[in-house]
Amino acid sequence: MIEKALKGGRGYWTWVAILLVVIGLGVSAYARQMTLGLGVTGMGRDISWGVYIAQFTFLVGVAASAVMLVLPYYLHNQKAFSKIVIVGEFLAVSAALMCMLFILADMGRPDRVLNVLLYPSPHSMVFWDVMVLNGYLFLNLISGWAVLGAERKGVAPAPWVKALIYISIPWAFSIHTVTAFLFAGLPGRHLWLTAVLAPRFLASAFAAGTAILILITFILKKVAKFDAGPEARLKLSVLASYAGLANLFFLGTEFFTAFYSNIPAHMHSLQYLFFGLEGHAPLVPWMWFSLITGIISVGVLLSPPLRRKNGALIAACIGLVVSIWIDKGMGLVFGGFVPTPLEEIVDYMPTATEISVTLGIWAIGLLVLTMLLKTAIAVKTQE
Amino acid sequence: MSQNRREFLKKAGLGALAGLGAAAGLIPAFALEPTDSSSFTDAPVPGKVRWGMLIDTRKCLGNCTECIVRCHHDHNVPDFGKSKSEVKWIWKSGYEHAFPTASTQFQNPEVLERQVLTLCNHCAEPPCTKACPTEATFKRWDGIVSIDYHRCIGCRFCMAACPYGSRSFNWEDPRPKVKELSTAYPTRMRGVVEKCNFCSERLVKGELPACVVSCAENALTFGDLNKPDSEIRKMLAANETMQRKPELGTLPSVFYII
Repeated sequence: MIEKALKGGRGYWTWVAILLVVIGLGVSAYARQMTLGLGVTGMGRDISWGVYIAQFTFLVGVAASAVMLVLPYYLHNQKAFSKIVIVGEFLAVSAALMCMLFILADMGRPDRVLNVLLYPSPHSMVFWDVMVLNGYLFLNLISGWAVLGAERKGVAPAPWVKALIYISIPWAFSIHTVTAFLFAGLPGRHLWLTAVLAPRFLASAFAAGTAILILITFILKKVAKFDAGPEARLKLSVLASYAGLANLFFLGTEFFTAFYSNIPAHMHSLQYLFFGLEGHAPLVPWMWFSLITGIISVGVLLSPPLRRKNGALIAACIGLVVSIWIDKGMGLVFGGFVPTPLEEIVDYMPTATEISVTLGIWAIGLLVLTMLLKTAIAVKTQE
Repeated sequence: MSQNRREFLKKAGLGALAGLGAAAGLIPAFALEPTDSSSFTDAPVPGKVRWGMLIDTRKCLGNCTECIVRCHHDHNVPDFGKSKSEVKWIWKSGYEHAFPTASTQFQNPEVLERQVLTLCNHCAEPPCTKACPTEATFKRWDGIVSIDYHRCIGCRFCMAACPYGSRSFNWEDPRPKVKELSTAYPTRMRGVVEKCNFCSERLVKGELPACVVSCAENALTFGDLNKPDSEIRKMLAANETMQRKPELGTLPSVFYII
């Protein structure tokens, strides 16, 4: 079926070419990192995880959001999603792939990556994350591909496919829960040491991921003349609005616990992110932009007349994605390291190399997604 | 494909696998670095020994850095000259940085200005070993939290897990930055985590850690915390002491007299 991705118009090939150029730049930046070491990044002794781990954290959420289509479609028979369940599954595949590439890009000794499997350590959350991420990638790839293949032949999918799909539903929750546990189990890192982190991760994932799905349906309508239908979009926007609301609520509870209890260690990271700490405030404008954009976007999505207007819906979805990307793809990871365990404040700024590698990995993910969706739409429209 | 060519490829593949296995030490007879087990004495019963250190900050005053210099020399700790990629095993921190959760209200100003020696705490409940996905960092039978530099994948999870900032990562190749090479301990490669090892390479020879013997003021006491009549236990019983961030339940093996 993949040969269908090799047929396309001028616009398609231009897009693929742009992605290949960005991938090329990313690969050359990664080669530089391989030659010189992680010293070429903005990370250091005090802020030892940066933009790579932050992107990984954000993208795990995007991967998990496929369940927002799979669950209503397969468990609640929501026929409106029949045309785009595959979009969700393939988005999950590309997002999970990017997650793994970001972890690989962040490793000091990528040549030893198999040590994670050679010396399995169930006490380490990383071990579980590798398990669930790989599992989720294959669950979605295999079940999505099998359903699509059956559709092409005009037959019902094999019974085992349904079993994989049902397994993928709790699995989606597990990938983001385990990723939250990577952070939430560390003593002395107060921004992360919170029981609400896993629910917060899930809420933000279902908000941002679903918003991305809505945006993809608009893009597909425009560039591929494939319309998922207004009903599917409307249902997704309701899901995104409630998930977004839950996410804002959880953020509020973090503020309450830290500031009402008035324990300095619990307040420091939030102060650093939102108000600045001892004159250090590089992320403050970002965080406020994220918060205000998030509130407005959720407000628009919650209003039935507004979310029915395509323009407002697109703007709100972009707003929600940007807001959560700043919150999770920057603030949460960088802010967790400030102040350091010795109460020092160190700022982090990604380098050009780091940003190039990051863009390269995003481009790889987009290329994989483009090719998978091209195949899916070719099958669905019987080109 | 002809039969001969297929046979050749099969054999070449097997040969390559055998070579890889030998290089990886999977086949003991071909191991590149055979281990001589006769050089090890019997390992003591687990839980019987717990090495610990007591630092008397009243004696450790002034700008003396003898222990730091000695430790960093003996262990080939590189000096990058910048804090971002700094590697440090033992160093001095301000009192409020070493004990950020201790009350400093109305504290004697002299104490607040003290520089406190900080190093890996070799916790009885180490969060770093729990976080490590490959067992590259682990707690030994004698309580020392150790690192296998050959197994570390450089994920830096242990650094995020350590509540004392005691772990360093080799962001760059450390070897060119070692001022004066020492033969007492191996150098490291880029991309792995390292930290104080309580001089386990000296303990095995019956010697005290380098920092302890190099301290002219005798500010450091080292010994077995599980031995009731050890010098360190007597000192702990006789003095009011502190551990860093005791509220986290990591049970540090490094104690301080203020």
